[in-house]
Amino acid sequence: MDIERIDQIIDSHRGEASSLIQILLEIQRENGWLPREALDRVRERLQVPVSRIQHIVTFYKAFSLVPRGRHQVHICVGTACHVRGATRILDKVEEITGIKAGETDLDLKFSVETVGCVGCCALGPVLEVDGKTHGKITPTETAAVLKSYE
Amino acid sequence: MSEVILQIDGKEVSATEGMTVLQAARSAGIFIPTLCYHEKLEPFAGCRLCIVEAEASGESRLIVSCVSAVEKDLVIKTRSERVDRIRKTLLELLLAHAPDSPKLQDLAVEYGADKNRFEKDASFCVHCGLCVRYCAEVVKKNAVGFVGRGTKKEICFVPEIASVECNDCKECFPLCPTSYLQAAFVLTEALAFPNTSSEPDSE
Repeated sequence: MDIERIDQIIDSHRGEASSLIQILLEIQRENGWLPREALDRVRERLQVPVSRIQHIVTFYKAFSLVPRGRHQVHICVGTACHVRGATRILDKVEEITGIKAGETDLDLKFSVETVGCVGCCALGPVLEVDGKTHGKITPTETAAVLKSYE
Repeated sequence: MSEVILQIDGKEVSATEGMTVLQAARSAGIFIPTLCYHEKLEPFAGCRLCIVEAEASGESRLIVSCVSAVEKDLVIKTRSERVDRIRKTLLELLLAHAPDSPKLQDLAVEYGADKNRFEKDASFCVHCGLCVRYCAEVVKKNAVGFVGRGTKKEICFVPEIASVECNDCKECFPLCPTSYLQAAFVLTEALAFPNTSSEPDSE
């Protein structure tokens, strides 16, 4: 992500320090993660201490300080999904992608994350890929779903 | 500024409007234990040790005295069975993180807190925020800040700022109730700028 685009985002918020989180969220949304150069630019332009940026980006799960994959895989491990076998889905995902929850593969294809409840317990176990919900999923179907992503 | 009369531990105390209960008590020489309070800093209400019982119009409630403003005819009890029990549990929880902190140990004796009550989770930092807030509000360098959230929250020096500012300041060091701050600084120094502070020692 180039500096001009970051400046545009900052300008659209009139460079106000109170819009720090909104600016960071926009960079995160467009770029998928927050590179150091981007944070440095935000710090310079908004005149906020680096410790505040650090505090915010490590506090909210929406922010990532490392590159993310092209597809976000979320496995619900909330109570309902857990008793309906979420661990088997997680095992399958980890086996296919070769990474553990919280990690991103080297090809930047998948980022795997366990999440709390996604709010559709009746569909458990639930797998979410890029926001699309796959309910009542089995390990076999999990393999098929992941294969359909490039 | 109008004057407010309230009662703390049976003693009439006059305070200025806008003062906190804690400040009023201190000005009258009444001791309330605190961990995260510092007179130069904004109240943080992090440690909750300054909790007191407040009675107004016949009802008794618990308030955190460092962030509660004085009110007319408020009756404050800084020690009671209820308050002591809460402080004891708070201390026991804090001691699970920093069992050897002298400040916590002194308070533990006073309140009969057992440092072995909860399973030890020696993170050493008790998140009082004194260092972080002192650096931001008084020194205005922001060399140290919080990172993370919940059980993973910890203090973290910013190497770029710490390497330039901290060696000549270190004003936050005596504030830390557990000495974890010093350890965090030494660790940052060793990892990020190992050569800068060894020079004055070699004279």
